[in-house]
Amino acid sequence: MGTEFVQLSLMPMLIGVLAAVACALPGNFLLLRRQALIGDAISHVVLPGIVVGFLVTGSITAWPMMIGAAFAAVLSVVLIEAIKRLGRIEAGAAMGVVFTSMFAGGVVLLEQSDTSSVHLDVEHALYGNMESLIWLAADGWGSLIDWAALREMPSQAPRLAVVLVLVAAFVFTFWKELKISTFDEGYALSLGIPALALGFALVVVTAIAAVAAFDAVGSIIVIAMFICPPAAARLMTDDLWVQVAWSVGFAVLSAVLGYLLAGYGPLLAGFDHAVSAAGGIATVSGLILAAACLVGPKRKRVGVVREG
Amino acid sequence: MIQAGVRALRRGAGLLWLARARSQPSTGAGALDACPLAISGLSVSYGEKPAIFSVDVEFPSGSLIAIVGPNGAGKSTLLKAALGIIPKLSGRVEVFGKSIDDARGNVAYVPQRASVDWDFPARVIDVVMMGLYRTMALFALFGSAERQRAMACLERVGMADFADRQIGQLSGGQQQRVFLARALAQDADLYLLDEPLAGVDAATERAIMDVLKGLREEGRTVVCVHHDLATVRDYFDQIVFVNVRKIASGPVEDVFTDENLQKTYGGRLAATHIDKLRVAAE
Amino acid sequence: MSQFVEALLLQSGYNAALVTIGAALLGLVAGGAGTFIFLRKRALVSDAAAHATLPGVCLAFMAMVAFGGDGRSLTGLIVGATLSAGLGLYLVEWIARSTRLPEDAAIGAVLSVFFGFGIVLLTFIQTMTAGRQAGLEGFLLGSTAGMLFGEAVTIAVAGCAAALALFVMIRPMTLVSFDPEFAATTGIDVRLTDLAMMALALVVTVVGLKIVGLVLIVALLIIPPATARFWTERVDHLVLIAGAAGGCAGYVGAALSAAIAQMPTGPIIVLTSFALFALSLLFAPSRGVAASLYRHRSFEIRVHRRQGLLAMARGEAIYDHFTLRVLRRAGLMRADGVATAKGLEAADKALRDEARWEIARQTHDEEAAVGRYDGLTPIEDVFTVDEIAMIDRRLRERTGGAH
Repeated sequence: MGTEFVQLSLMPMLIGVLAAVACALPGNFLLLRRQALIGDAISHVVLPGIVVGFLVTGSITAWPMMIGAAFAAVLSVVLIEAIKRLGRIEAGAAMGVVFTSMFAGGVVLLEQSDTSSVHLDVEHALYGNMESLIWLAADGWGSLIDWAALREMPSQAPRLAVVLVLVAAFVFTFWKELKISTFDEGYALSLGIPALALGFALVVVTAIAAVAAFDAVGSIIVIAMFICPPAAARLMTDDLWVQVAWSVGFAVLSAVLGYLLAGYGPLLAGFDHAVSAAGGIATVSGLILAAACLVGPKRKRVGVVREG
Repeated sequence: MIQAGVRALRRGAGLLWLARARSQPSTGAGALDACPLAISGLSVSYGEKPAIFSVDVEFPSGSLIAIVGPNGAGKSTLLKAALGIIPKLSGRVEVFGKSIDDARGNVAYVPQRASVDWDFPARVIDVVMMGLYRTMALFALFGSAERQRAMACLERVGMADFADRQIGQLSGGQQQRVFLARALAQDADLYLLDEPLAGVDAATERAIMDVLKGLREEGRTVVCVHHDLATVRDYFDQIVFVNVRKIASGPVEDVFTDENLQKTYGGRLAATHIDKLRVAAE
Repeated sequence: MSQFVEALLLQSGYNAALVTIGAALLGLVAGGAGTFIFLRKRALVSDAAAHATLPGVCLAFMAMVAFGGDGRSLTGLIVGATLSAGLGLYLVEWIARSTRLPEDAAIGAVLSVFFGFGIVLLTFIQTMTAGRQAGLEGFLLGSTAGMLFGEAVTIAVAGCAAALALFVMIRPMTLVSFDPEFAATTGIDVRLTDLAMMALALVVTVVGLKIVGLVLIVALLIIPPATARFWTERVDHLVLIAGAAGGCAGYVGAALSAAIAQMPTGPIIVLTSFALFALSLLFAPSRGVAASLYRHRSFEIRVHRRQGLLAMARGEAIYDHFTLRVLRRAGLMRADGVATAKGLEAADKALRDEARWEIARQTHDEEAAVGRYDGLTPIEDVFTVDEIAMIDRRLRERTGGAH
């Protein structure tokens, strides 16, 4: 049991947790800035970025694809802003125009180019393939301290760990700046905080998290990770620190529980095959959010309290 | 879009601000010799209509100044452009003889209350401590020293009992006092307030004016966008009439005249205002 | 190429022709219905509804299999899709209404969670009935390749019905999108009309699942109205142009996909639609980017020119480099900074107009006229020649009196 778990389940679970936390951290600020759907847009445009990255370099290594995807994410944000301002089109519609078109472009490119040698197809782009992230070199828990085995672990794990460190470093380094500029952008500017640059940096960090997580869980489930844990956390507390802590907790819980339910739930129920782990994670994060909506202590918008 | 990008780049330039924003020494008495806020040839537009056009005005030191004019006349725009929050089309702004970016440590801004989402997860004390931002190092978090300073500011506006209240639970007047306390925490020599008395109860109005007059007694300069002509004479020393252009400026007793009201508000509109003022005076 | 022309002329097979016609009708209805969604700023709500169809499709399939059917009946799947999309829409509204979460978060949460749960069900179906794979994946991005004749007919018929419904409801919907309060006073039930709009969008969504797929269907609702917005300011024209743009994209896109191997229908329709949008964004006469940039630049020049002239007239020094350049270019100032004769004349006129405005603002009551004292509007645009003559008389009296 131990060996099999470490070989087959440990890595997908670890990667799920890393991805969920890396997305939830910037997700808190996106939520409060009314930009939750930027995560939606970015995760869609990761696909064309990856395809172009592959076509340009002809290489299936991860980094060119990640760079391509990050570039596409930044491009999409610039395009959305441009359409919003130059075309004077409402934000939601501008977003809808950009991410659907770029995603469509990605699909067409993918279908028209020879990517059969690569594990890159539209279904994976949509909902990932966590189950393939196995660690065959491991032969038990001991492998976690065995350098030779560690070198063979799926490359997504160390990559996501690096990304998580980066995201966390950004959020905690600029905590005060993010907090002030999210609450009151005009005031932040008057204090000399470069709020616009900071907002752009937040989007770039979001893009990096989305790109890294995309590899494992696909583009649409990334959206659940950006939105559901922070949204549920917002309904638990009125303190930003506590909210971020809850969101991390919910992200970890979604990843672990979602993976276990998808992997072992059907087997326990008497079926032969597991179901999509990424889908399971999104579903659990949704259930957590539903619970928070129904019983979260701070679920209601507070009105003005009249002083007696 | 492109403008915004350039602006973002300019502001972000090498994250230099990080080095510069800290440890700005308070400018001290010497700097106060320079005019707190001098604006010349300032034009700003949203789209293709000027919001303000070619405004020249100097705000004298140690006084309480009202900016008045009809709705949409560019009063808030004037403050925001002076602070460099929105881009200007042309013109110059000098704060204590320096560019605004070099004088930020000495300017406190109170935006309109309605410009923020009060459902933000923060307590009253958290908002007031934001005013201490420039005194803090990059990684530093707000601690007990900051809390004490913020409490002192809350006491000045009579809100000390509300320090740990969620900001969404405040009434309009209380929100405005919290914003004022946040500006007090900045301990600046120039205060720019956007409609600080709009929609607040009478008690809050008195409390806020007491604080603002106190600031003036300490030799600081206070500029308010103001909408209530009936209280101008009681509250302010100086007045600036704005309606896209600067119409007139100077001491209230010299400049607050029917003629200037007429020029600012147009014939009929001014007539109703003037009538109201007469009634109020009697 | 010839294949593309054949497809355009509906010559590449009966099914392909039906699909092309169906796609054109779908695009037309989507453009029209999408206009109202667009005007009511509900664009991304319909994206949540589209993604929320997936679990419904899967559950409908499983239910039909459980009751002994083959599970692939398009009508049955469409019913399932409608039910779960309706539930998704209700949840978005419920979250935004009864919790403190904003609507955008509700949209994103419903969209991704329903989709995630749909994927769980989809992977379950794939393993459960490996032999009878229903091709449900085709609903993700649309697939018309192996479409059955019956399905093509269903789509064409549903497209016709939706077009008819749009035609019937176009008037109340236009009124409500334009001015809901006024619409209410004419006896239109605003809430009901809003519901009808969402219902029509929902119909477009579920009918379009097979052709465009649930990931991209929302593009058909959003892009054509956004395209049309560049060409007109009138709601009724907006509906027509959006419908035309959508229909055109559907038709050309479906034909392209029939003609080129390995070309998925949905994405190519979306890209065709985007091409129309991009052209409009760049080149539309008044709202397009090229026109806006030109106007903004000339506005900047007007502001600087005017400010420069006033400074010149008052004998003030000019420091702004852009102002100096504008004045020199216009021949109002020599390279060495001295005003030309033409410049002096223009400066005089600027100063005189300022004085005229000052009189006008005291004597004229109309707020509309006085409100145009923005430094740029020429006084001749606001007042008649006679009025200006009168202003000038007063001006002379005043300066005369001062002497």
